Amino acid sequence: MGLIADTGKYILLMKRVFVAPDRGRMFFRQFPKELEKLGLQSLPIVAIISVFIGFIMTMQTKLNTSNPLLPVYTTGLVTRDTLLLEFSSTILCLILAGKVGSNIASEIGTMRITEQIDALEIMGVNSANYLILPKVVAFVVMMPFLVIFSMALGIFGGYFVGVLTTIMTTGDYLVGIKFAFVPYYVFYSLIKSMIFAFLISSVAAFYGYYSYGGALDVGKSSTNAVVNGSILILFFNILITKIMLN
Amino acid sequence: MIEVKNIEKSFESNHVLKNVSAVFETGKTNMIIGGSGSGKTVLMKSIIGLHRIDGGRIEYDGRNLPDMKMSEIRMLRREVGMLFQGSALFDSLTVLENVIYPLEMFSPSTKEEMLERARFCLKHVNLEEKAFGLAPSEISGGMQKRVAIARAIALQPKYLFCDEPNSGLDPKTSLVIDQLIHEVTHEFEITTIINSHDMNSVMEIGENIIFIEKGEKAWQGNKDDIFHVDNEALNNFVFASELFKKVKRTNQ
Repeated sequence: MGLIADTGKYILLMKRVFVAPDRGRMFFRQFPKELEKLGLQSLPIVAIISVFIGFIMTMQTKLNTSNPLLPVYTTGLVTRDTLLLEFSSTILCLILAGKVGSNIASEIGTMRITEQIDALEIMGVNSANYLILPKVVAFVVMMPFLVIFSMALGIFGGYFVGVLTTIMTTGDYLVGIKFAFVPYYVFYSLIKSMIFAFLISSVAAFYGYYSYGGALDVGKSSTNAVVNGSILILFFNILITKIMLN
Repeated sequence: MIEVKNIEKSFESNHVLKNVSAVFETGKTNMIIGGSGSGKTVLMKSIIGLHRIDGGRIEYDGRNLPDMKMSEIRMLRREVGMLFQGSALFDSLTVLENVIYPLEMFSPSTKEEMLERARFCLKHVNLEEKAFGLAPSEISGGMQKRVAIARAIALQPKYLFCDEPNSGLDPKTSLVIDQLIHEVTHEFEITTIINSHDMNSVMEIGENIIFIEKGEKAWQGNKDDIFHVDNEALNNFVFASELFKKVKRTNQ
C-alpha cells in the first residue's frame, strides 16, 4: 500500500517538475551550477574508481583465464566488454547513487525542514520545478560524459597491468581491447546510464522534497534515496538489457 | 482585508479549528494569540493555503481562497509576503540576493531597478551595507529576521504573514522586529497577520488581537481592551507572569 501511495506521490511530483519554468533565466542560471556540482565534482571519484577497477578486473581476468587453450586477447576483450556493458554504466551509477543521491536528498530535505521550500511556495514559485528540474536535467546531461570518461579510464587502468606487472604484456591487452568491438555496446551503455541518472536524481529529489521533522529525518530521507535509487537501478538494468540486448 | 468565515479543519479525528470567523483589517497589525496546541498555527497556515480547510470561506478582499485553482493561488501568493519563524532565508544566496530573488522571479523591472529596490528594502530594515554580501549563516538571528522582512516586502505585498517573528530573539531585538513590522504595515497599508505567543509583542503592536482557545475564537479586541476582559482562559494566558499581573492591576 505504501509503495503504491509513494509511486503515486512520485508521479504527481514529477508532473509538477516537468513544466516550463516560471522564469527561464532562473533555470539557466541554476543549470550550470548543477552541472558543476553533480557532474564535474563527481569526476575525481569516477576517475579513481574506474582506473582501479580497470586494473583489478584485468588482473583478476588474466589470473582466472591463464589457460593455453584460450586466445591471448581474452583478458583485454573481457575487461573491455565488462567495462562497456556493466561497470561504467550500472556499477558507476550505483556508486553515484550514493554520492549524488544523498547530496540531492539532503540538500532539498534541509530546505524543506528549514521552511525554505515553504518560503518559495508562499512567494508563488513552483518549488518542485525550480529546485528539482535543473538537478535532474543537469545530471542526465552529464552522465554520458561521466560514463565515457569512466570507460576510457577503466581501459587505461587495465593497460597498467601490462606495464606494472609481468602477468601479461601490454601488446596482448591492446589486441584484446580492439578485438570484436561492438559500437552498439557503447550506445546501450549511454542510454542505460541516462535512465539511471534520471532515476537517481528524481528519486533522491522525491525523498528530499517530502522530508519532514529534523536533521535525523533528513538523514533517513537521504538513506532511503540511496537504497531505493540503487534498487531501481538494478531493476531497470534487467529491463533495459532485456529490451536493448535481446 | 482578509476575512475568514466559519472555517473548520480536522486532521483525521482531531478537530483542530471549530467554526472560526474573524476579520483581519488592512493597515493594522492583526495578531493571532493562543497557547501551544490551541490551533493558531493551523489557522494561519489555513489562511495562507498551506492547509486545505474542510469548510468555510477565506476571503482576500472578496476572493475566496478555497474556490481558487492552483494557478490562481500562485497568482494570489505574489501579493503575499511571509516572515517565517526560522527566517527561511536561502542558504545558497547572499543577503542581497535573497531580497532580489522574488523580484527576479516576478518583477518586470530591469536588473538595476531590482538592485535599487532590494537595497532600499534592506536599508529600510536598518541593515548595514557591509552585510549585503554576506551569507545568511554569517549574520545574527536578528539580522536574519530583518533580511526576511526586507524579502517579504520587496514585491510590495498586500498581505504580510509573520509566524512567531520573535522566536529565538532577545527582548531588545524582538522590540526592533515588532516595530519594523508595525512600521511597514502602516507605511505600505498592508494587511498583516502575526502569529505569536510573545506577550511583549501583543502589548507593543497588537491592534487587532484574536485569541484562540481549543480551536475556537475565544476573544477578539485590541491591546487596550485586553486589560479589561473577563475571560478566564485569556487572562490565564496573557497574565501568566507576575509582571503582567502587576501591569494589569496598574491599568485597572
